[in-house]
Amino acid sequence: MGELRVIDGGGEVAVTTRLSDLLQWARKWSLFQYPFVTACCGMEFMSTAAPRYDIARFGAEAPRFSPRQSDVLWVVGTISQRQGPAVRRIWEQMADPKWVVAFGTCASCGGFYDNYTTIPGVDKVIPVDVYIPGCPPRPEAVLDALMLLQDKIQANDRKPIVVPPRLVPERAPGRTGEGNS
Amino acid sequence: MSQAVVDRLNAQFGERVLETSDAFGDHEVVVALKDWVEVAQFMKDDGDLQMDHFIDLTAVDYPERESARFDVVLMTRSSVTGARIRLRTHAKDGEEPGSLAGTWSGANWAEREVWDMFGIKFNGHPDMRRILLYEEFVGHPLRKDYPIDKAQPLVPYREVSDIDKLPPFGIEEGQPFARIDWESRLSGGDNQVSPALGVQQGQRRTLSDSEAAQQVQARIEARMAQEAPEDAAEEGSGE
Repeated sequence: MGELRVIDGGGEVAVTTRLSDLLQWARKWSLFQYPFVTACCGMEFMSTAAPRYDIARFGAEAPRFSPRQSDVLWVVGTISQRQGPAVRRIWEQMADPKWVVAFGTCASCGGFYDNYTTIPGVDKVIPVDVYIPGCPPRPEAVLDALMLLQDKIQANDRKPIVVPPRLVPERAPGRTGEGNS
Repeated sequence: MSQAVVDRLNAQFGERVLETSDAFGDHEVVVALKDWVEVAQFMKDDGDLQMDHFIDLTAVDYPERESARFDVVLMTRSSVTGARIRLRTHAKDGEEPGSLAGTWSGANWAEREVWDMFGIKFNGHPDMRRILLYEEFVGHPLRKDYPIDKAQPLVPYREVSDIDKLPPFGIEEGQPFARIDWESRLSGGDNQVSPALGVQQGQRRTLSDSEAAQQVQARIEARMAQEAPEDAAEEGSGE
């Protein structure tokens, strides 16, 4: 949490913080998600939600298939021009405060679909908070994105951000530095 | 097997079969537009041919050809004899081939797709609407004179200054299978192949893992310093 003050009353201890900090803290650990899954990235989303990677550890285990009950819109996959009105309307139906994650290259920038069929990034239609690059991204990248989003919620920061690549061996547990050739 | 179909059609229609070919074992028969439905119906109904399997119907655009701009192509097969045949006809822009939806019901959606993509209408089709695109779409995108980068959004794009396609991604990030070595091309090099193939052919040096890691790390730091010097400090104290 942001600012914590501990008041030690000799035997009894009280902790104070700002109400907004407490509110953001509660929000970031109870993200109800609306998965708008249209393409192959959905497999990685399922993998992230399944027990091996377990998105529930981050307080985001409850998918709500009604936009009116959800906080985070995951745009998972290619958004065609024909789906534009649908995704826009779902976003409009969500109650504030709401966040949007563009999952994968297609949702972030259209990917290699550079023609009449596809919206070149869902941010052309709705504002996006976190972009996850990858085609498709690994579950680790998705969890990175979720943690990034939690940090941004805590800091009340709405500036769009990109999940940085995890190529540095020290930052990627389980990946051996050598013998990758 | 398939040659027998060509022979049968030659015997039945004589002069009206304009052209036949068997390039690479694919037998093809070309007929005039007015004979299109009759030949197709004959192939399906004839006791020897029994072409009962509709595979696909599509079109080809030849904008430079003056006699007839489009080819309409039917692929069909017999589940009895195993023979395959390709039937082709030429159509000018605006000419309407007869619909085969009454012959093979599978042709219904295929003809709607040809209308959608090429703008060829089929005479007698029960439901000649677009099938993949939306009714608001102007033009037919698989015609070769349709601009390759022209999109027709249903929802107006948001008015944000830096919304153009770039956000996050470095040139080669995330797509090691890209066909062009942009990094080399932009820095004045002339590698014409993908980074992976370039390594294989010795045009491009393989980076060791530590070198690659250093480069990525440097790029992350440069980006963080450039974009949000104050955000970088905030992120660390998130919890």
